[in-house]
Amino acid sequence: MNKNVHRMVALKEIEILTGHTGKVWCVAFSPDGLILASCGEDKTIRLWTKDSQSWTCKAILTEGHQRTVRSVAWSPCGRLLASASFDGTTCVWEKSGGSFECIATLEGHENEVKSATFSPSGQYLATCSRDKSVWVWEVSEDNEYECLSVLNAHSGDVKKVVWHPHVDVVASASYDNTAKLYKEEDDDWVSFATLQSHESSIWGLDFSPDGKNIVTCSEDKSIKIWREYLPGNKQNIPTKDGNPVWKCVCTIQGFTDRPIYDVAWSKLTNCIATAGGDNLIRILKEGDKSDEDSPSFEQVTSIKAHTEDVNCVTWSPKVPGFLASCSDDLTVKLWNFVE
Amino acid sequence: MDDKLENINPKLFKKTAARPISEIDLDDSIEDIIDSREIFDLIRGLNDPEHPLTLEELHVVEEDNVEVSDVEGIVRVKFTPTIPHCSMATLIGLSIRVKLLRSLPPRFKISVEISPGTHATEHAINKQLADKERVAAALENANLLEVVNQCLANNG
Repeated sequence: MNKNVHRMVALKEIEILTGHTGKVWCVAFSPDGLILASCGEDKTIRLWTKDSQSWTCKAILTEGHQRTVRSVAWSPCGRLLASASFDGTTCVWEKSGGSFECIATLEGHENEVKSATFSPSGQYLATCSRDKSVWVWEVSEDNEYECLSVLNAHSGDVKKVVWHPHVDVVASASYDNTAKLYKEEDDDWVSFATLQSHESSIWGLDFSPDGKNIVTCSEDKSIKIWREYLPGNKQNIPTKDGNPVWKCVCTIQGFTDRPIYDVAWSKLTNCIATAGGDNLIRILKEGDKSDEDSPSFEQVTSIKAHTEDVNCVTWSPKVPGFLASCSDDLTVKLWNFVE
Repeated sequence: MDDKLENINPKLFKKTAARPISEIDLDDSIEDIIDSREIFDLIRGLNDPEHPLTLEELHVVEEDNVEVSDVEGIVRVKFTPTIPHCSMATLIGLSIRVKLLRSLPPRFKISVEISPGTHATEHAINKQLADKERVAAALENANLLEVVNQCLANNG
C-alpha cells in the first residue's frame, strides 16, 4: 500500500488544541458531536467545545484520578462520561451545570484500567485491564454500578473494549494478540468468538457501520479486516454452538515500520482512520470492486499529523469527515477529511 | 528478593577510551548529528542493578550493538544480559530506555531489545519493553522508578 489511490481527497488540519501537560492518550466526541473529551498522562480530562470561531477548553476535570487517565467514553444519552485510569479505577462523571462531577468510582480491577465504554443501549459499561479481565457493569439510575460479570478469556493485558454499534455485544483487544467477543447468555456474560491472526498485541479495534465487520490494528504494524459468518452461512464456514465465527478477510501491511495504536471506522462515511507510531494519520476505504468475503482496502490519503506518536483517532458522530486525534506531543488536533 | 547475587562472578571488560574531540565538535554553529558513539556514551555508564559496575564494564552494552539514524530519528539498542536467566534483564532494558527517553529529542523512536539468543525469555521481555503503554504505566510506579533512577545515578 505505497501509493495513495487517485481520488479527489484532502485531509486538512483545522485546529490544534493545547493545554494538556502530559501525553494525551485518548479523545472522544459526545454523541451530539458538540463536546470533545480528551485525557492523558497529566491525570486530567479536558472538555472542549466550539464557540463561534474555534474550539476551546470549557472544563478541566482534575479530581478523579491519581494517575494517567488512559481513556474516556460517552454514554449514548450524552449525560455520562466514563474514564479509565492507571490508578485501577473507572470514574463515571455526570453533567452538572457547566461541567461534570464524578458520581461513581468503580473499583475492582487489580491494576491499570485501560478502557471503559458504554453499550449502545446505555444499559451496560464494559471495562478492561492489565489484569487480563473484562468486566461488565450494570448502569443503574441511582448511580450504583453493579459488576455483573468478570470475564477472564484473555491470557494477557486487555487494552481496549468496544461495543457493537447496535446490539449489546462487546469486543476486547489484547496483548495476547487476539480480540474476543462477548454477549449475554442465560443471565451471565460469555466469550463466544476469538479473532486470531495478528502476530503481536492488538491496540485498537472498531466495528463497521452495520456491525458485520471489525477492523483491528496492531503492534505487528498491520491492520486486519474481519467478517462475521453466521451459522448456516452460504460460504460454508463452519460455526459452533450456534455462535457466529469471525474470520480475517483482509490484511493491510508493509506500509509502516511502526506499531498502529488506534483505528476508527466512521459510522457516517464508512472510512477508516488509523493512528500510527510513525506520527501519521491514514485514511483507508474499501476498493470499488471489493468482494465481501475477500475485500480490498486502500489508503486514500495520509498526513504527518503530529511530531510524535498518534495515540488515538476518532470520528465525529454527527459531522461527516470531521476527525480528532491526540498524541504524545501533548496536543489534540482536529481535521476535516473531504472526498 | 534474594540476598545472594545472581551472577556472583561476572566477566569484566575494559572501558573504551574517551572520544577524541575534533574541531567540528567544538564549533557551536554546527548541530551535532547523533551517532552510535553518542548513544553509547549515554548508556555505557548506567549502573548494573546488582553489581557496583557499569553496563559497559559487564559488556551488557557495546557500541557495535547500537544502531542510529539521526535523519530518520531511529535508535536501536541491543543489550546482552550477563547470563541467560538473568532476572534483571527487564529492569536493565527499562533503564536503557528511560535514559534514552530523557536524553534524546522527542522525535526519536527508541527500540531496546535483548541481543538475539542471549536470554531464555527474550521474546517476552522484548515485547514488554516495546509496549509503550506498559512502560509508561511501570514508570508511574514509585518503587520501580526509584530502582530505575538508581541505575541512572552518578552520570549513568
